[in-house]
Amino acid sequence: MSIRRGLATAAAAMSATLVLAACGGEGSEGDKGPVSLRMTVWTSNKPHLKLFNEIAAEYLAAHPEVKEITFDPLPFDSYSTALTTQMTGGNAPDLAWVFETDAVDFVSSGALVPLDDTLKQTSGYQYEDLIPSTTKLWTRDDKLYAYPFSTSPFGVFVNRDLLKQAGRQTPDELIKAGTWDWSTVLAEGAEVHRSTGKAGIVIRDFEYKEWSNAATFWGGWKAEPWSADGKTCTFNSTPMVDAMTTLHKGIFEDKAMPGPGETADFFTGDAAMTISQISRAALLDGAKFEWDLVPLPAGPAGDYSVIGQAGVGVVKRGGHTKEAKDFLAYFTNPENSAKLAAYFPPPRESQLTAENLAKTNPLLKNEQLDSVVVNGVKKGVVKPGHAGQAELAQRVRAGLDPLWTPNANVKGVLDDLCKNISPLLEK
Amino acid sequence: MSVSPGSAVADPPSGGSVPAGQPPRRPFWTRRRRDQLAGFAFITPQLLGSAVFVLLPIALVFRYSLYEWNVLAGDFTYTGGDNYTQLLDDANLPEVLKSTALFSVGLVVLNLSLALLLAVLLNQRLRGMTVFRTLFFSPVVVSLVAWTIVWGFLLQNNGGINGLLHTVGIDGPNWLRGEGTAMLSVIVVQVFKNVGLNMVLFLAALQGVPKELYEAARVDGAGAWVRFRSITLPLISPTILLTSVITIVGSLQVFAQIAVLTQGGPKLSTTVLVYYLYQQAFQFHHFGYGATLSILLLLIVLALTVLQWQMRKRWVFYES
Repeated sequence: MSIRRGLATAAAAMSATLVLAACGGEGSEGDKGPVSLRMTVWTSNKPHLKLFNEIAAEYLAAHPEVKEITFDPLPFDSYSTALTTQMTGGNAPDLAWVFETDAVDFVSSGALVPLDDTLKQTSGYQYEDLIPSTTKLWTRDDKLYAYPFSTSPFGVFVNRDLLKQAGRQTPDELIKAGTWDWSTVLAEGAEVHRSTGKAGIVIRDFEYKEWSNAATFWGGWKAEPWSADGKTCTFNSTPMVDAMTTLHKGIFEDKAMPGPGETADFFTGDAAMTISQISRAALLDGAKFEWDLVPLPAGPAGDYSVIGQAGVGVVKRGGHTKEAKDFLAYFTNPENSAKLAAYFPPPRESQLTAENLAKTNPLLKNEQLDSVVVNGVKKGVVKPGHAGQAELAQRVRAGLDPLWTPNANVKGVLDDLCKNISPLLEK
Repeated sequence: MSVSPGSAVADPPSGGSVPAGQPPRRPFWTRRRRDQLAGFAFITPQLLGSAVFVLLPIALVFRYSLYEWNVLAGDFTYTGGDNYTQLLDDANLPEVLKSTALFSVGLVVLNLSLALLLAVLLNQRLRGMTVFRTLFFSPVVVSLVAWTIVWGFLLQNNGGINGLLHTVGIDGPNWLRGEGTAMLSVIVVQVFKNVGLNMVLFLAALQGVPKELYEAARVDGAGAWVRFRSITLPLISPTILLTSVITIVGSLQVFAQIAVLTQGGPKLSTTVLVYYLYQQAFQFHHFGYGATLSILLLLIVLALTVLQWQMRKRWVFYES
């Protein structure tokens, strides 16, 4: 190889990199021939992927314009970061699952394309069957930007053995007696910890960092982190201060919950109760203790329920938006939605019944499904989300850190927090 | 390459072969030129590699730092110096730089002194010394994330370290949740991970110190401390320079430990510059501002390295 040729090759390689960097991220809408579709998901659960692949195979058989559909699992913990990094690197997927907390960012940024025209025009789709409370988060200016494929309410899983061992009443008895509320639950948790040394109640995945999961607690006080329009911080409002004061006392005085830096896994029998989504019931297969699933306890402001949601949208920069929309319409049609309901509570009115869910959730009883899932989905408040969620979440996390110490001044910490995040909310 | 090894053109012209009356023609391919060409040929692959994978990305990062880049919307707009103005106005940045400095200073001081201490101890000719050397070096080859996760468990409030302290009647702090202890924990985890590498470098340097110098000093009546200070330290000072440059540069690039152990908390107490940069770019989607922060990091690393290089004349002793 001559030097001249070597230099020419190097120059070509460098300019190619520059060009790639400059054009990175542009889709190729004008592709000829059959296309390949890719959907990023955060499940790597084999039965889930098997079901997706079966649905995709049926679709491929009837659609020669699509030659391949792949489901690309990204790790749950870093899902959003991995997804946006792919988009930055010019490797955007055609379809993507989106967390409820990222919904505002994805829906408002123009990253996703509207779906309602395609869905409504697909014969047999029954668009009006979708429950409005499930599509609300994913709708902007009357356009639906993602299909709420999973709407999963939070409930309380209970280790009945551990409660009995501590000499406490079980939640079904408390519900009958009308005393299933937070003050009772915290008292029960404290007693379990005192008498057995195990943890009382655990808000799963909260760990003093993922504070949005604490919404399953402060919902009982009808507390909200910010106003409905998202402009005003309400972390220092009376309901929130009351809720956080109770939570703080529950953690540091009553020791009803494991403190910061302490772990206790309900599913291995280390805690009497845990707040989690019903999809976690799968972890109880083969559990060595008697368990139950009940709705969230009432707070001073009455009954409430909280739902976590996941949507699936078509990514504009994936390039094959037409084919992707068409596949999504197939993937979520009534027939396939019924199949997906085995793992993901469906957003369709006609399918969201306890009997229906029981067929595919053998671990759960009808009344558990009815009280927690069906009612939860219809009445639930979605976990808090906001534009610029990641940055806001990080600021709130840092702002709440001083609260998780034994002698914290709750109101003072929350006032400081509001001072700190207000500029972001007002943006 | 185009140089043919058998070519005789570079041979010095032999006097007899030049026709009389014609000035001797200097051949183009002199030995010097040929050597230069060979030299360039040898470094070309590395040069190309650095150009494509180091210089080009640095140039691109500089370009990105002049743009507002919203990944979700796909916007890429030129904003001039806005990101740099934001850098100056960033209320979090002083705190972040403070954490970064604290981490670097803590790490360098702890790491180098522990590495030197271990090297001196392990430089004895005793049976079984190689076992200890292997033990102290082994964390260097362990996966960083695995190492950090295990430490994460040990440092929990109800974890192994506090359990151990409890048996001797001490109530340990909540290591990763306290502002001071979180930083200390991250530093110690990192020191134990990498101290073996510096230890080996020091060990090699110590074994290169001529024995006769010690003997002469002993004859002159010098004690152990004087021998260490006046013979060992000056003679291993080039290695101290090397290890301190590597450790400082490495300390400014710490990421995985922070991501696994504290995610930058509590508050901003362990948010070092690289972690802050990652948050801004990859979590908050401010890629333009993230690029600006990485330019700042580049300048800091460059300045520190140049400073050390300049200061070396004051304290590094080269035998030759």
